[in-house]
Amino acid sequence: MATVAERPARVATDERLTYLWETRPGLLGKLGTVDHKEIGRRYIVTAFAFFLLAGLEALAMRVQLAFPENTFLSPQVYNSFFTMHGTTMVFLFATPIQSGIANYVLPLLMGSRDMAFPRLNQFSYWVYLLAGLFMHAGFLLGQVPSGGWFNYVPLTGPIYSPGPGIDFWALGLIFLAFSTTAGAINFIVSTFKLRAPGMTLSRMPLFLWNMTVMSFMVVFALPALTAANVLLELDRKFGAHFYDPAGGGSVLLWQHLFWIFGHPDVYIIFLPAIGMVSTIIPVFVRRPIIGYTGIVLATVATGVIGFGVWVHHMFATGLAPLSQAFFGIASLMITIPTAVQIFAWLATIWHGRPVWKTPFLYVLAFFVDFIIGGVSGVMFGVVPFDWQVTDTYFVVAHFHYVLIGGAVFPVFAGLHYWFPKITGRLLNDRAGWLEFALVFGGFNLTFFPMHITGLLGMPRRYYTYPPNMGWDLLNLVETIGAFILALGVLVFVLNVLYSLRQGEPAGDNPWHASTLEWQTTSPPPPYNFRSIPTVHSRDPGWELQRADETTRYGSETFSTARETIGTSLHDAEPEELWAMPQDSGWPLLLALALAATFVGALSDWWWLVVLGLPGGLVAVVGWLWPTRMKVIAL
Amino acid sequence: MSAPRRGRAPNAAGWRRTVPGRLLAGGAGVAVLARCTGGPSALDPHGVRAVQIAADWWGMAIAAAAIWAGVMSLLALALLPRQRGVDQWALAEDYRETPRGGLALVVAGGIVMPVIVLGVLAFVGSRALAAQVTPASPTAFEVDVTGHQFWWEVHYPSQQITTANEIHVPVGQSVQLTLHGADVIHSFWVPQLMGKMDLIPGQTNTTWLRADAPGVYRGQCAEYCGLQHAHMAFLVIADPPDQFAAWAAAQAQPASQPTDPALQDGAQVFARQGCIGCHAIRYGAGDTGGKIGPDLTHLASRGTIAAGTLDNTRGNLGGWIMNSQALKPGNLMPPMPMDGPSLQALLTYLESLK
Repeated sequence: MATVAERPARVATDERLTYLWETRPGLLGKLGTVDHKEIGRRYIVTAFAFFLLAGLEALAMRVQLAFPENTFLSPQVYNSFFTMHGTTMVFLFATPIQSGIANYVLPLLMGSRDMAFPRLNQFSYWVYLLAGLFMHAGFLLGQVPSGGWFNYVPLTGPIYSPGPGIDFWALGLIFLAFSTTAGAINFIVSTFKLRAPGMTLSRMPLFLWNMTVMSFMVVFALPALTAANVLLELDRKFGAHFYDPAGGGSVLLWQHLFWIFGHPDVYIIFLPAIGMVSTIIPVFVRRPIIGYTGIVLATVATGVIGFGVWVHHMFATGLAPLSQAFFGIASLMITIPTAVQIFAWLATIWHGRPVWKTPFLYVLAFFVDFIIGGVSGVMFGVVPFDWQVTDTYFVVAHFHYVLIGGAVFPVFAGLHYWFPKITGRLLNDRAGWLEFALVFGGFNLTFFPMHITGLLGMPRRYYTYPPNMGWDLLNLVETIGAFILALGVLVFVLNVLYSLRQGEPAGDNPWHASTLEWQTTSPPPPYNFRSIPTVHSRDPGWELQRADETTRYGSETFSTARETIGTSLHDAEPEELWAMPQDSGWPLLLALALAATFVGALSDWWWLVVLGLPGGLVAVVGWLWPTRMKVIAL
Repeated sequence: MSAPRRGRAPNAAGWRRTVPGRLLAGGAGVAVLARCTGGPSALDPHGVRAVQIAADWWGMAIAAAAIWAGVMSLLALALLPRQRGVDQWALAEDYRETPRGGLALVVAGGIVMPVIVLGVLAFVGSRALAAQVTPASPTAFEVDVTGHQFWWEVHYPSQQITTANEIHVPVGQSVQLTLHGADVIHSFWVPQLMGKMDLIPGQTNTTWLRADAPGVYRGQCAEYCGLQHAHMAFLVIADPPDQFAAWAAAQAQPASQPTDPALQDGAQVFARQGCIGCHAIRYGAGDTGGKIGPDLTHLASRGTIAAGTLDNTRGNLGGWIMNSQALKPGNLMPPMPMDGPSLQALLTYLESLK
């Protein structure tokens, strides 16, 4: 960039763009920013904080289970911890941290100046933060939800769970759905309309494909969860009988609604993660992905088939055998698209040459452990085997192999990979190897023995267990493994804190990667790119070595107002200039008004609901009120 | 796993710290919990259903290990260094081309292999499902089980038996299970005999089991049902048919009215303290008593109390009556403090209910 920066005209362009796009200093500026990079960073930090919190809950549970008949945690606390551990990991960590990374990376990856709806983006973050705090507020009142992350009725209905504990959970998830849905719509529209000219569908980076399919899954799956929770709150607050068999309701209705959301949610968590795998492998084996089309088709197929397998969570509920056979076989089928992707990555590695850096180590750990989770997963398609191991530690082992092996390892790979993009500094790679060894070793030591305890008959969600069942030693080993895993996470945190200040400067593109986010400075300027790049291939950065400068320095800069270029859905041909909104505090106010509404509903302070809803309406009007655009007259 | 067990009930250490516990802690107890035939391992099956699943498991485990090892070997081979002395960031020389071998690998490993494996698995699964939904032999009789927070109510409709937390079955005979949930969802699971079936409020599920070897098999609730989900076990006791018949005949009898004054005292305590409001002791047909807690007509014939949590000893029973909340916090029975003589009389009476 040095030779570029010396050119006076370009300096003037940079100054103009900075004036147009930068966040104002001070608290108000920070609260009102719509910069996707700032919002993405906040998502990542917040989600990681929830990850640490839920991890501590897990450690406490592991201490309790280290020995039979241990009394470290009371049954009430243990039940609350497994409820909040699962809920937090699924809803407040797994999806948000990937949304955070995507929020930061996606506009850069597609060569845009921001997301399609920057204010909506800000709103999504605030709602996520507030909903997360809302769901944890029960800790302050000693009313922590304890219905499990799956929250089955009637245990969670008004009779068997009186008190507000479950309401924190159910209302919190309804509230959170605003954030997740808005985020998904933002990703879809951004991907469809803001890709750089020339980035046709067939040149779209795979991470973008995965985020798009995932977002569609959110849009279709999440309403089922919201509906389930609305019905539950009607039962709890207004004495309805949707789930009350004595009043003509159905207990299984909850399970169907929950799993119609819940199983797609597995893929909602998994797809962005493997999008990261598809992004990172080519960079660290130094060749483009093999089987691009196959991977795209597999991803879309996963998104569709993922909606047809939910009943495999309900095989023990006494459904008709034919229906069980159908869903058993559907559950087997979903293995095929995943296998296609596994072998596409393998082929890419096979024909490439590995560069041994921490992100690549995590990708390899993904292979080792996700495949274990996969081969144990297909076994559940054999229905009688499911009857034997469902609700045991075998399932706990399986889904931690899928979710940690399949999603958390890629996320850690992604954090190591994009850290230099976000901060301009590299994470220490030696500390990265140490962290990796601890995380990988600790993880397997914790969760592999759970396959065995499950087969030996140890059910899940037991706050304690009798001795001499054959479970004692394995549980102790698991607890030791959990602490090793936690130590690895601690090394990561220390590495981040150290590298933020002392890390080796990264340069713009430390991994010599091909995608667009690396074709600007690290960290990127507020406007992302001086000029919107033009894309000629799937790997624009590697084509650059043909000295094709238009990728990096496209011909148009749009430096007179906050504008970015809108392109056509299929071929990404330039269509129009999008006027992008100014910073605004209204999304935050809307989020606060919604929070007030939910606090009111939780506490039966209906006056607060009555105030919150029109308050929100005012915020919407303020949000949409025409603002004066910053414009530079040339 | 099958080593001789200490005669220590799961919560003994906890309740010995309580006052009634100290007062009443007696000998080591008969350690009925320890009579279980090994731990409740699905890999140590003793009934036709569990035997089939265990066999399928071992087949799947071997196939899964082979597939995993195969993919890992490919990955290891792919990672072998092939070129040395090249700048690590240099792009692969043929990076503009798509190697045909690579695509072949995707088709072979990603489509052909899984289609074959899953085809076999679908066959295995359908066969297993068909075998499990139909009883292997005609069912001899029906056992009606209702899940409560946190215990199991058991009826034998044709034999007129009511008991709790213990199911006796004749070895080698299929028994039909009719399952209900009284309050929340529970799940019936005896790993050594069969997989799970939920007990769901508002619906009746039916399934069956058959034990093919005599023994005591631990069953456990497998659907999270609240505070004491962890202490909701039961025993399935498989006896030779003649022993089973003797047991059934004894259980079908009503309790006999106590004539011994000591026992009469105990019966009075039972009534006076309000035990009778929740627990039934049936002296004759039509005499039902409370149905909130387990039926106690033949309490002394049972091996455990508190849903498989404690051995049924005098000491455990006394501690349980005085303050069950110290032993199983959150169970629905309130503490029943009483003076020593009343408690002793009550225990003597309860111990007479063979």
